[in-house]
Amino acid sequence: MNEVFTKSMARNIFYGGGVFFILLFLALTFDTVQQLPKLDNRAALTEQVAHGKALWEENNCIGCHTLLGEGAYFAPELGNVYQRYGNSTAFIKAFLMTRPKEGVPGRRSMPQFNFTAEEREAIAEFLKYSSQINTAGWPPTIQG
Amino acid sequence: MQYQSQMVAKPYFIAAIGLFILQILFGLIMGLQYVMGDFLFPEIPFNVARMVHTNALIIWLLMGFMGAAYYLVPEESETELFSPRLALITFWVFLGAAGLTVLGYLLVPYSTLAEITGNSILPTMGREFLEQPTITKIGIVIVALAFLFNIGMTVLKGRKTAITLVLLIGLLGLAVLFLFSFYNPDNLVLDKYFWWWVVHLWVEGGWELILGSILAFVLIKVTGVDREVIEKWLYIIIAMALISGIIGTGHHYFWIGVPEYWQWWGSIFSALEPLPFLMMTLFAFNMVKNRRRNHPNKAAVMWALGTTVLAFFGAGVWGFMHTLAPVNYYTHGSQLTAAHGHLAFFGAYAMIVLTIISYAMPLLRGRKAANSALSQKLEIWSFLLMSSSMVLITLLLTTAGVKQIMLQRMGEHPLPFMQVQEQLAIYFWLREGSGMLFLIGLIIYVASFFVGNSEPEAEVAA
Ligand code: HEC
Ligand code: HEM
Ligand code: HEM
Ligand SMILES: [Fe+2]
Repeated sequence: MNEVFTKSMARNIFYGGGVFFILLFLALTFDTVQQLPKLDNRAALTEQVAHGKALWEENNCIGCHTLLGEGAYFAPELGNVYQRYGNSTAFIKAFLMTRPKEGVPGRRSMPQFNFTAEEREAIAEFLKYSSQINTAGWPPTIQG
Repeated sequence: MQYQSQMVAKPYFIAAIGLFILQILFGLIMGLQYVMGDFLFPEIPFNVARMVHTNALIIWLLMGFMGAAYYLVPEESETELFSPRLALITFWVFLGAAGLTVLGYLLVPYSTLAEITGNSILPTMGREFLEQPTITKIGIVIVALAFLFNIGMTVLKGRKTAITLVLLIGLLGLAVLFLFSFYNPDNLVLDKYFWWWVVHLWVEGGWELILGSILAFVLIKVTGVDREVIEKWLYIIIAMALISGIIGTGHHYFWIGVPEYWQWWGSIFSALEPLPFLMMTLFAFNMVKNRRRNHPNKAAVMWALGTTVLAFFGAGVWGFMHTLAPVNYYTHGSQLTAAHGHLAFFGAYAMIVLTIISYAMPLLRGRKAANSALSQKLEIWSFLLMSSSMVLITLLLTTAGVKQIMLQRMGEHPLPFMQVQEQLAIYFWLREGSGMLFLIGLIIYVASFFVGNSEPEAEVAA
């Protein structure tokens, strides 16, 4: 690749290719956003779920857990915890409430966040909403 | 060093190394928490240690990129930096913001940090890698603007080369994409979709341009190969990076609630993503083979070659391993992801920053071309130790990942997450051991700055 293939050709491939694929990506993004209402369970997106998401973020749950497979790999996947515990939010609320302050000796532990009943409800509803997003059949098993 | 203002790179490089040490210490804390769950609980919960580990990583890499730009842009542009003073002010603002943020993580519960920094006004916190308080993010944007202005003005007033142009485009991309960290809708799918515009389009887009241009700069310096040849390679490498990497974002869109056509787009284009990394390796080895002269800084050449090899394995090979949708269905969010994340970040971005530091620091400290032979010997030892222990960590996490997938995601009776983790304890212990080796390598690396300073510069063997 000497005389035949020049630096300016390489540069043009860079600029041309870059611009073309940015535009293609934007087009695909536009189409994706159009199709999302069928897939993203937005009907279930209530005030309470939004509050649950805010609590999820303000307590950095993603720093230990994955949600739909993204996050940290230290603690169980929570995108399907609603199904794992029998399609119910009761377990989630109870679990949040009963974390010992000092952790479980020798075991990976989750903090006690001292949520109010209303906050626990909101988080549980957020996890329920997340579990009903259409994830193309992921995760492979109920264990997440 | 040809221009006085290149000196501003020095504090950036020193801070980068300092944050690198902090990153590794918190990595080791987490590594221990993986097997001794109650270690430092509840004082430093795992998530807090993880934020410090990953955020320190990102900040030290950004510090390194900025230092690299301040070093190489004046030399490439053949003019003094537009404003060395502005560069020093932005350095202290950046370091101050980073320091306060880390203290915030460690001293108060995260929810308190969110509250006192007014997260509810513009919620951006609590998403992986973007945990910084909103005001820190705003600080980062201001620093980035001042930095881009300074570098941009320097490029404008001087000679324009492909290297500075590509670097500038990469840095601009980095800054623009970071703006998506301010977009955090209630809709989880939209949130995740655009979160990747920061994370993926950084490491598999904009940052590859930065990586390529730093590498090209160092290779011109240490091999003396003709600029035309090097710049042609640079363009074709980064062209491939964008052609494959932009649509390649789709490899994160398989299971997050977006249309399933992304399984095709993502698999096909991301399968091409190893190519630019492969070409980078061929490029570096070819240039060194066809070198016009021998450079006395052997350590820098070693880092440059090492970067391309480990980046190819970490990003290219380990990335490809789980990038096809049918495979990713099983591997998504497992220890395999962590294996890839480690070797890719280390091989590509940590090592390119260590490369430019290795090349530039002797000059910034008043040497003509290179450190003493003794100092370089230590540096090369640290290179070998850090690289090989990182490869070991990767192999251990890969084994753990495969086993995790088999136990938890396959077969008739998948086991619960926590039970599977217990069965992986041996790999996590060995990972912690390898992490200690890495730390020893890092200590030797730091020592190389203090040893052999009174000895004469290394010479090129005749
Ligand atoms: C410091 C790490 C950490 C943080 C932060 C954390 N968790 Fe956990 N979480 C764990 C661990 C570890 C387990 C497994 C506990 C066990 O099995 O004993 C767990 C388990 C769970 C479970 C039960 C999952 C199952 O399948 O059994 C739920 C639900 C949960 N966490 C929700 C949350 C929520 C909501 C947040 C944020 C408010 C959060 N966690 C933050 C570590 C954490
Ligand atoms: C040397 C000792 C190190 C140890 C013991 C260590 C340990 C860890 C642990 C335990 C995690 C969290 C994994 C999880 O979420 O469960 C992590 C995450 C991470 N570390 Fe390290 N680390 C080390 C060095 C490094 C280095 C040198 C780099 C890069 C230069 C690095 C980059 C990362 C990244 C990018 C993540 C996030 C990974 C992801 O989300 O997939 N680490 N590390
Ligand atoms: C230097 C460049 C790269 C870096 C620094 C990097 C880093 C990372 C990190 C840190 C993650 C974990 C993200 C998270 O926490 O969720 C990740 C995920 C991933 N990377 Fe890379 N990567 C690079 C290049 C590549 C390439 C070239 C490929 C494909 C060939 C690839 C394929 C993937 C895939 C498929 C995932 C998703 C894993 C999962 O589903 O859990 N990466 N990468
Ligand atoms: Fe990616």
